[in-house]
Amino acid sequence: MDTQILIIVFAPLIASIIAGLGNKALGNTIAKSITTGGLFLSAALSWPIFIGFLTGSNTAEVVPVLQWVQSGDMSFDWALRVDALTAVMLVVINSVSALVHLYSWGYMEEDPDQPRFFAYLSLFTFAMLMLVTADNLVQMFFGWEGVGLASYLLIGFWFRKPSAGAAAIKAFVVNRVGDLGFMLGIFGTFLVFQTTSIPEILAASAGMSGSTIGFLGMRLPTMDILCFLLFIGAMGKSAQLGLHTWLPDAMEGPTPVSALIHAATMVTAGVFMVCRLSPMFEAAPIALMIVTIVGAATCFFAATIGTTQWDIKRVIAYSTCSQLGYMFFAAGIGAYGVAMFHLFTHAFFKALLFLGAGSVIHAMHHEQDMRYYGGLRKAIPITFVAMLLGTLAITGLGVYHLGAGFAGFWSKDAILEAAFARGTTTSTVAFWAGVTAALLTSFYSWRLMFLTFWGKPRWIESEHIQHTVHKTPEEAGEDTTGGYHPHESPIAMLIPLVVLSTGAVLAGQVFAPSFIDDASFWAGSIFYNENLIHALHAVPYWVKYSALVVMVLGFIGAYIAYIAKPDIPAKFVSSFGWLHNFVFRKWYFDELYDAIFVKPAFWLGRQFWRLGDIGTIDRFGPNGIAAVVQRGSVAAKTIQSGYLYTYALIMLLGLIAAVTYVLL
Amino acid sequence: MDFPILTIMMLVPLAGALACLFAGSASRVIALGATLVTFVLGIMLWANYEIGGAQWQFQEKYELVAGFSYALGIDGIALMLIMLSVFLMPICILASWDSIKKRTGEYMAAFLFMEVLMIGTFAAQDLFLFYIFFEAGLIPMYLIIGVWGGDNRIYASYKFFLYTLIGSVLMLIAMFWMVSEAGTSDIPTLMQYNFPGGAQTWLWLAFFASFAVKVPMWPFHTWLPDAHVQAPTAGSVILAGVLLKLGGYGFIRFSLPMFPDASADFAWFVFILSMIAVIYTSLVALVQADMKKLIAYSSVAHMAIVTVGLFAFNVQGLEGAMIVMLSHGLVSGALFLCVGVIYDRLHTREIERYGGLSINMPYYALFFLFFTMASIGLPGTSGFVGEFLSLAGIYQTSSLVALVSTTGIILGAAYMLYLYRRVAFGDQKNADAAAMKDITAREWIMMTPIAAVVLWMGVYPESFLAPMRADIAALDALLSAAAPASDAALTGGEPLSEAANAIEFEGHEGEAH
Repeated sequence: MDTQILIIVFAPLIASIIAGLGNKALGNTIAKSITTGGLFLSAALSWPIFIGFLTGSNTAEVVPVLQWVQSGDMSFDWALRVDALTAVMLVVINSVSALVHLYSWGYMEEDPDQPRFFAYLSLFTFAMLMLVTADNLVQMFFGWEGVGLASYLLIGFWFRKPSAGAAAIKAFVVNRVGDLGFMLGIFGTFLVFQTTSIPEILAASAGMSGSTIGFLGMRLPTMDILCFLLFIGAMGKSAQLGLHTWLPDAMEGPTPVSALIHAATMVTAGVFMVCRLSPMFEAAPIALMIVTIVGAATCFFAATIGTTQWDIKRVIAYSTCSQLGYMFFAAGIGAYGVAMFHLFTHAFFKALLFLGAGSVIHAMHHEQDMRYYGGLRKAIPITFVAMLLGTLAITGLGVYHLGAGFAGFWSKDAILEAAFARGTTTSTVAFWAGVTAALLTSFYSWRLMFLTFWGKPRWIESEHIQHTVHKTPEEAGEDTTGGYHPHESPIAMLIPLVVLSTGAVLAGQVFAPSFIDDASFWAGSIFYNENLIHALHAVPYWVKYSALVVMVLGFIGAYIAYIAKPDIPAKFVSSFGWLHNFVFRKWYFDELYDAIFVKPAFWLGRQFWRLGDIGTIDRFGPNGIAAVVQRGSVAAKTIQSGYLYTYALIMLLGLIAAVTYVLL
Repeated sequence: MDFPILTIMMLVPLAGALACLFAGSASRVIALGATLVTFVLGIMLWANYEIGGAQWQFQEKYELVAGFSYALGIDGIALMLIMLSVFLMPICILASWDSIKKRTGEYMAAFLFMEVLMIGTFAAQDLFLFYIFFEAGLIPMYLIIGVWGGDNRIYASYKFFLYTLIGSVLMLIAMFWMVSEAGTSDIPTLMQYNFPGGAQTWLWLAFFASFAVKVPMWPFHTWLPDAHVQAPTAGSVILAGVLLKLGGYGFIRFSLPMFPDASADFAWFVFILSMIAVIYTSLVALVQADMKKLIAYSSVAHMAIVTVGLFAFNVQGLEGAMIVMLSHGLVSGALFLCVGVIYDRLHTREIERYGGLSINMPYYALFFLFFTMASIGLPGTSGFVGEFLSLAGIYQTSSLVALVSTTGIILGAAYMLYLYRRVAFGDQKNADAAAMKDITAREWIMMTPIAAVVLWMGVYPESFLAPMRADIAALDALLSAAAPASDAALTGGEPLSEAANAIEFEGHEGEAH
């Protein structure tokens, strides 16, 4: 397995370097072939490892690569650790990445900078693989920052657009706020455990659960503060409430990027981290409660915003944010296997939805506003079916007594059942938040489908379409298509849609027994709560059916509002304007942060500079002394020539005289 | 040591400098040759440095008058700083290749003199010899700023001079006192000498006055932005790359080992100034419109991470501080080179005059991005290793200082990426900036070695840590007795009996899902 692991991780890096440095000299086709080939190789090697863990024939392994840092008692090395948890991530990352590479052949066809794009994608994949194979916290942080860099570069890929540059910085800086927590968490962990090795920390965690540690002058329970600090890092990367503001803006990047980074892989790194460190979190009840509350709040909050947005990618972005909330509260209540299962199924259907949206955007000449879609199901039938399957998967269609359902049914329902079964106040709140969010999920997902694929075409109102057909809406008259003909996407884009559709349909059904019920599959790579899983299966039927019921309600709601009586949304907005505005404006988070962080930072910077440096330090420091000297120097004018050489010379002469005086 | 390599490393640039004074335009070639030879000698020095051998190696000693001697010798810390100096020097000569038009010979001579004095500063083992090199090293810098600088060069060089002078005078007085007390000016002996507690306080303050200005620490930093802005590109590279390291070197060579008790007493004083520096200068950097000023302010913030690491009183802090110094020397030097590349083309440092350079200068944009990322401490680059160790070190002494200092990673990302966005992203709004050509072969040769070393130090810092390990361990042992109490200490307790999410399950399991 050793060589395989090395190839899996380093093939994308090598491909990225070749494509990135070769760039234009290499040409589009070669650069794209190398990177895509590298990723398919990695994906092909990952699946046998994953299957090996499913069948129990593989065991955890660590491949040492190179010494990294050795400083006093602190030492950490480059090493690749593969266990069941990592194996899950390997297949998710490499499969989705390989498909996204392939998809980009079609989607980025006309872009002048294709080698750069593919190099970034592969670089991202490498960093993500380093993150999930980390054997110590510092290498995890390396991957963590590496994916952050790739995300920054890809969000800003179309760097000529000012909005892309702004979104890229926002993503990086907001993530850095989380990283502050992560770094302090690593420092604290080292202080307590005298190591950064993950297995050693996990083994010693339970023994530390009763101790306390000093933090900012307070005495706090050791494990709770450490886990809380690390979780702040997870909140940043996984866009949880408070540190989520960068994710919707990240949609400035090309759509394949949104599918890979901002849906399937990078944003799930926080969930992965909590699961990886689950034995540590299990020694930290307060931190876990915070994880549960933040997760539950995010899953509800993001879902509300999803119901009001018009940009098709933003709807899916908020949906991602909300689904990540589910994963976090699942982890918070101790159902780590279930959280990882939702991460796994979500990767398939969310990547599918994003790539499907990309296909729609491609067909609609870069128009992303759903108000200008409509009636697309006949024009782009394959995309339509793929999106439909993705929607059924995310809304979680499935019937308990039939034992059949789409991917989301298996994972999301298990999360809700676990939250109910856990039986604490926090978990019950999380359960209800989850059910409400499921209702909203169904509503916004079907709203997206109805606005896009049903109803009459509203294409001519789009400026992008107007530019293409050279008509104004008035000129087009009755024909609201404006004579525009959307085309189905090329085969390179359709293959990934078909593959991911299969995943969205089957991933739940096939893998639920292993991920949820099989402690031996995880083989100690996460904290596996046997009793909670038993309790999860024993919840009352109304709990098991609650998700299905709200899913149907959401569907009906969306059907009425967007198909049967399309004037309802406008009426709602006019009578509940304040509520709509609050949600549509994303709960005013951006405005708030702008007012309390961004603007004051610039204002303070200017004050420090003008009033501090120039107005105080310089005025009373060098300039002040200079003025005093000048006034008193009339008499001494003869020796003060003003030339620096003279000053320097006098200083040296003085020094020599002084030395001579003291020593002789 | 039979072969006086340290003296020869100083004689080569000295001879080069004298030749340059009379060589006119050939001086560029002479200077490049001299610095390259010195660099090769430096590599020999490193290769022959015996890790785990004697603490002081390559020692040379010639008694001069009355106990004052010409004594050279290096430990691992000095070795690394000498390597940094001799590595950057040829790059500086290349950076000045076309841009220095007037008095080229004198300019090259000034640089070579500076190299002599920098090597001397790091290699000196006699207190007064150190002082002479330390102070005299600034004279070529005054000249470089004052003669070849920008429009406001006189003010800048004068401010530079005034600041450093006041600190130096106090340090010199302290040195006299030390020599008369200890009866020797030999630095290794003084490092073992126990100065009485009360005297340590005053000595520490006197040395601090000099080093704090060099570092520079807030609020003694205002000379730096002016000096950088006015200095020619290569001057900025050496200023940021080596001269700022003199302060940190002073702390680690003199203040900490010679006055450990006073250092512990003043640790919080240093922390407070450093914490202010991180936040204050980062915010100031955010609002700068001049590229060089922005990077100069960022230097102050980075050097504050050095000072918190040094006064963390543990191995991680000290080693981290050293790596931050080396890394900052390379990275901020490279950033100034990046500014120089476009300054040479457009003759302005104003950020707003650029934009969209990724389009017409893709390789330039790549280098600039790389050094930007190294500056904000992306793991895999040298910046991360240093910052991480330094902050991990300070956390063990104070979580509060660690928290405040670590905000530097947020603010650093903000001002550097904001700079990068305005220079390299966006549309090409200025026709003249859009017409600039990508980097030339000469510029490739300047940037590539620095990028390679930054990566090397980020991925395998062992090469740089190993020579310093024994010296830092010795210093740590000396300091540990004086270390201030930690506010992050662990107190044991009875572990919880079960996992947080442990639950009872008694009911019957439902049907299989």
